[in-house]
Amino acid sequence: MRFFYEIVKGLIKENPMFVLVLGTCPTLAVSTSVINALGMGAAVTFVVICSNIIISLIKDIVPSSIRIPIFIVVIAAFVSVVDMTMAAFLPPLHKALGIFIPLIVVNCVILGRAEAFASKNNVLYSLADGLGMGMGATLSLTIVATIREILGSGTWLGIRVMPNSYEPMLVAILAPGAFFTLGFLMALMNRLKEKRS
Amino acid sequence: MTYIGEIFVIAMSAIFIQNFLLSRFLGLCPFLGVSTKIDSAFGMGMAVIFVMTLTASITYLINVYLLGPYAYLQTIAFILTIAALVQFVEMVIQKNAPALYKSLGVYLPLITTNCAVLGVAILNTTAVRSDGVTPYNFLDSTLNGFFSGVGFTVVLLAMAGIRQRLGLVTLPKYMRGMPIALILAGIMALAFYGFMGFKL
Repeated sequence: MRFFYEIVKGLIKENPMFVLVLGTCPTLAVSTSVINALGMGAAVTFVVICSNIIISLIKDIVPSSIRIPIFIVVIAAFVSVVDMTMAAFLPPLHKALGIFIPLIVVNCVILGRAEAFASKNNVLYSLADGLGMGMGATLSLTIVATIREILGSGTWLGIRVMPNSYEPMLVAILAPGAFFTLGFLMALMNRLKEKRS
Repeated sequence: MTYIGEIFVIAMSAIFIQNFLLSRFLGLCPFLGVSTKIDSAFGMGMAVIFVMTLTASITYLINVYLLGPYAYLQTIAFILTIAALVQFVEMVIQKNAPALYKSLGVYLPLITTNCAVLGVAILNTTAVRSDGVTPYNFLDSTLNGFFSGVGFTVVLLAMAGIRQRLGLVTLPKYMRGMPIALILAGIMALAFYGFMGFKL
């Protein structure tokens, strides 16, 4: 029962992006198209699940004074795995995500989950938490990317969804559009929460 | 003489054209977190300039002289260097300049997970000069680190100034805090887009 709770909480209740406001950099930078967002989401999910599992396994033998550097090395190892795998099998996606693949190391979501969850819970729950957080990050990335791609290029996952007469709003896929989209989405979330309470 | 021109190009592109915060999206967590007061923004900015300059120079040496055949270890080596460097800088400052430590101290640990610092280290490994061929040498990398830090600080300070005044404005409750900060950043990014046209 608790296993499912740990998965589901990452999606909405503790969504890493919208609620915890962690890992803003990749969310803003790679959300120019839905395919990039899904690729980034998959990479983050893989890293957060693997690092959560390893960290919950080694939590008892790691001295607490040097735990942060050790966690970072574990995370960096998995990030390198993702980086090289993606470069070998999906070169176009690797090129589009560019520097943000190695930068998953400093994504606060992953270190945050390692410190706040995996270092205190057993392997099974840590796996569930990693899966939930990864899916939550993917979900929020995809939402931002959907808005930006439809407004900015008139397509969704590369398929044209807007009528041909639609003039793409270029600003949506440029840097300012990322900030506006996320800002208004967060305002909307706050508004909905306010109404409910 | 031509080198001075090169320095100018590095400075302009790091501060304005390819600003780390507004066009590269690096280092946004501290940008949104620490930009509520000018004092703390200044402290954070100085700490970032300091660490970024050191990181850029040291990771350059590591990348060129140590990593050669082990390029796949780059990410791990760089993040360990940054973590160790931040810890070291913190200890040195604490011992030798207590006054400085008091103003920068709280920001230093945060810098390890600032993606702008790791970002500059990784970008420097592939960066080329304005002629498009020559890779960055040691001095170029260090300068790029320094000016990227300056660019970060300029935007952080501007943002803090705006947000301080924003405290006096009545806003709808759901816009307060993060949403309005992001929209402000968007407007600033639009302004910085004006620099994009420069060909240096």
